[in-house]
Amino acid sequence: MSDAASTATSTSSFGDRIFAQVARAAGVFVLLLLGAIIVSLFLGGLPAFRAFGVGFLTNADWDPVQNVFGAAVPIYGTLITSVLAIVLAVPLAFGCAFYLTELAPNWVRGPIGTAIELLAAVPSIIYGMWGFFIIVPIMGDIVQPFFIDNFGDIPIIGALFQGPPFGTGIFTSALILAVMILPFIAATMRDVFNTVPAVFKESAYGVGCTTWEVMRSIVIPYTRVSVVGGIMLGLGRALGETMAVTFVIGNTNRISTSLFGPGNTIASIVALEFPESPAGSVKLASLLALGFLLFVISFIVLAISRLLLRTKVK
Amino acid sequence: MSASLASSPAAHPGGIPGGARDHSVAERLSRRRARSNMIAKVLCFIATAIALVFLTAILGTLFWLGFKGIGLHVFTNVTRPPGSEGGLINAIVGSLIQTVLGVVIGTPIGLLVGTYLAEYARTSTLGNTVRFVSDVLLSAPSILIGLFVYQVLVAPFGGFSGIAGVAALAVIVIPIVVRTTEDMLQLIPASLREAAVALGAPKWKAIVQICYRAALNGIATGILLAIARVAGETAPLLFTSLGNLNWSVDMTAPMSSLPVTIYQYAGSPFDDWVQLAWVGALLITFGVLALNIIARVVLRPRS
Repeated sequence: MSDAASTATSTSSFGDRIFAQVARAAGVFVLLLLGAIIVSLFLGGLPAFRAFGVGFLTNADWDPVQNVFGAAVPIYGTLITSVLAIVLAVPLAFGCAFYLTELAPNWVRGPIGTAIELLAAVPSIIYGMWGFFIIVPIMGDIVQPFFIDNFGDIPIIGALFQGPPFGTGIFTSALILAVMILPFIAATMRDVFNTVPAVFKESAYGVGCTTWEVMRSIVIPYTRVSVVGGIMLGLGRALGETMAVTFVIGNTNRISTSLFGPGNTIASIVALEFPESPAGSVKLASLLALGFLLFVISFIVLAISRLLLRTKVK
Repeated sequence: MSASLASSPAAHPGGIPGGARDHSVAERLSRRRARSNMIAKVLCFIATAIALVFLTAILGTLFWLGFKGIGLHVFTNVTRPPGSEGGLINAIVGSLIQTVLGVVIGTPIGLLVGTYLAEYARTSTLGNTVRFVSDVLLSAPSILIGLFVYQVLVAPFGGFSGIAGVAALAVIVIPIVVRTTEDMLQLIPASLREAAVALGAPKWKAIVQICYRAALNGIATGILLAIARVAGETAPLLFTSLGNLNWSVDMTAPMSSLPVTIYQYAGSPFDDWVQLAWVGALLITFGVLALNIIARVVLRPRS
């Protein structure tokens, strides 16, 4: 009797130990995966870092003939398109989240919320195609000529709107990116707005606050940190977006002051130049080095986002 | 309170009647508050409408331009040179193979990691680190996953292959499954686990036979969302399975996929290729959206 019991206990604890070890190993595997990604990109980019040194970051040349490569233009393009996209997307996302949590009648919250989440599910290549075939002609024929004609001659600000209206360019990319990250930011904001205890809002309504005042004085102060986290999450998405940007940015290795000028981003130059980079070449190493830089930038942004969101949204 | 309000006119003896002035100030203030409230509401409504307009515009464009290109040839012919009625069957099959294998390989790993986080390491340092890293991987640029797999599986073995494509997709699947699995397991009441343990079941049995079963809907949702996500991934496949214009189901050779074919065709100068790209875009988008709707509506976790 006691023998049988102890056998049962030992087999069950043996099974438990195995299962716990396997689960733990899977967890460690994820850590190793991240480590392997960082190390492989760094090692791949090492020849470029060796050849160009710190100058790789500041050099604006991308010259396959002379074998001189620099990261300045793609880094600039990545940052400017992502930041512009955030500027365009955040007010819209805030509006959507506010509407979905405070204004919409209950029966439309589900369907509209789902519709906005579906916007996030559309593959990025579809955004790229849609941007290329639909938005680029609209930008090139209507929007850009309007701004160039009306604002291009104003001193200082005018520099932002000069150049030929290609339709493609920095601003078009930012616009497409904004549509892509809008649902991510809106969904995060909606979730954090929903964490505000009802008592707080009801108290504010009780002393006569309007809906907007409740939003501004109760909900936003309560959720400020998480809202910034949600914005950083959107920024992290925008930084690494490849296909949508590659279609519409114009793919030129030049820093242009005009918002309508063509440019490139780290992701777009890697996607475009990769097929023409033979294994072992300095060019391939430069692309991998760019990948490493992109990983570092997005890792920092996503890490900040996670730290800010940790308390409110799991 | 009401006494002090009633006595307030008396507090302004002579001159302009204070009560009336206060009244008009209060009215102006209340009008201004009502107005800014109205403006905020209208702006938010417009913002939501804009988001919905984008969704309808994208879906409408896909239907408008994609539907007219759909025909039997799309599903029977392989990709061919322009002008010879090519189809997409090799791309469709290639996408299916890589997506299914990627999910089949990534899901068990993600499931185990999610289990580890929810059942064994809710608060431990290692658990928190794994959770953090998995969340970062969830949003990491997919093109970098492609570069990573290129470095590990393509460059050393001398060629692009379906295997590498599957590996890249599996890496993308893992964090998605981790997140949903952990969330769902955490929702399971402790009493359910205690009941299993009270009957003498070892912990692993309680997890596999009780918790997984209770969380089945949520886990299935995660898997469907993972399928939907990787089915549309383009960037990681560019450097791994590369694409193939011929029929091939050889996992060690370059393999075609729908997103990469769309990418190649959409940028081409040939009208029939662009048309096929729209058809492919229509197929993939509606496949992905259907999976999302099933996951969200049919398998909605009961809360």
